[in-house]
Amino acid sequence: MLLRDICDWLQGEVLTGREKMGMEVQGVCASDLMSHVLANAGEKVLLITGLNNLQVVRTAEMSDIEAIIFVQNKRPAPEVLELAEEKHLLTILTPYSMFTTCGILFKNGLRCGLDDGR
Amino acid sequence: MMDDNKQFKPLKLYFTVEQGDFIRAGEASSKIKKVLSQLGFPGSLIRRVAIAAYEAEMNIVIHSWGGELEAEIGPEHVTIVARDRGPGISDIALAMEEGYSTAPDKVREMGFGAGMGLPNIQNCATEFIIESGEGRGTVLRILIAVKE
Ligand SMILES: Nc1ncnc2c1ncn2[C@@H]1O[C@H](COP(=O)(O)OP(=O)(O)OP(=O)(O)O)[C@@H](O)[C@H]1O
Ligand SMILES: [Mg+2]
Repeated sequence: MLLRDICDWLQGEVLTGREKMGMEVQGVCASDLMSHVLANAGEKVLLITGLNNLQVVRTAEMSDIEAIIFVQNKRPAPEVLELAEEKHLLTILTPYSMFTTCGILFKNGLRCGLDDGR
Repeated sequence: MMDDNKQFKPLKLYFTVEQGDFIRAGEASSKIKKVLSQLGFPGSLIRRVAIAAYEAEMNIVIHSWGGELEAEIGPEHVTIVARDRGPGISDIALAMEEGYSTAPDKVREMGFGAGMGLPNIQNCATEFIIESGEGRGTVLRILIAVKE
């Protein structure tokens, strides 16, 4: 699935890393627990989260996650976006809630991106 | 690099990690990750080291009074040593259990405190040793073999 399409479905605002919009992701990891993401994220996943702090960007960096969706218009502070920019991460802000965001992506064919695929 | 192992000199990186510093938390692990990438290690190895180092670094920031992170990079394995000044872990077996956490609410709100960090390090590691006890510092020795 192309990140550009995902951004459209979510009425997303691109915050950083626009050059990655043409990239593909294979699955989704939706979580507010960073250790859960670190332990279970598979390859080429998109992270959806209700958090918006520096550690979200760090966690994505360590897990080789290249795109993050911040739900419910939870816009990260400028220093968080600076770090995301530095790490070449694509970050997108959506007005939708975690539930609706996941629902929209599921309806469009995206599936679980955790290691066990469930 | 992988082809001429023999010329590869082991490299040591050293970082201090402050208690409660959530701004810089992760910088040490990030630098370790960067160096491994520059040296041309395989992606899966780099990811395992980065995740283990980051969990150890976050534990120093969250649970300890401050400490240090050390990385020794050799052609066959990468070793991460995380050392802090205390307060120590009184029951190591309990701390290793998935879901056990003493993280305060403030830290949970930031996305930590699932009690998964130490088990996660164990999963990433080829060899993992914890030395700790009440009233002393904690030392984690994490060895990750390049070939697995
Ligand atoms: N360096 C340390 N010093 C003192 N106590 C520690 C240290 N590291 C871990 N602990 C103790 O062990 C527990 C379990 O650690 P672990 O990393 O598995 O989970 P956590 O840090 O609480 O949550 P998570 O890692 O999922 O965010 C901690 O809650 C804490 O009580
Ligand atoms: Mg932890």
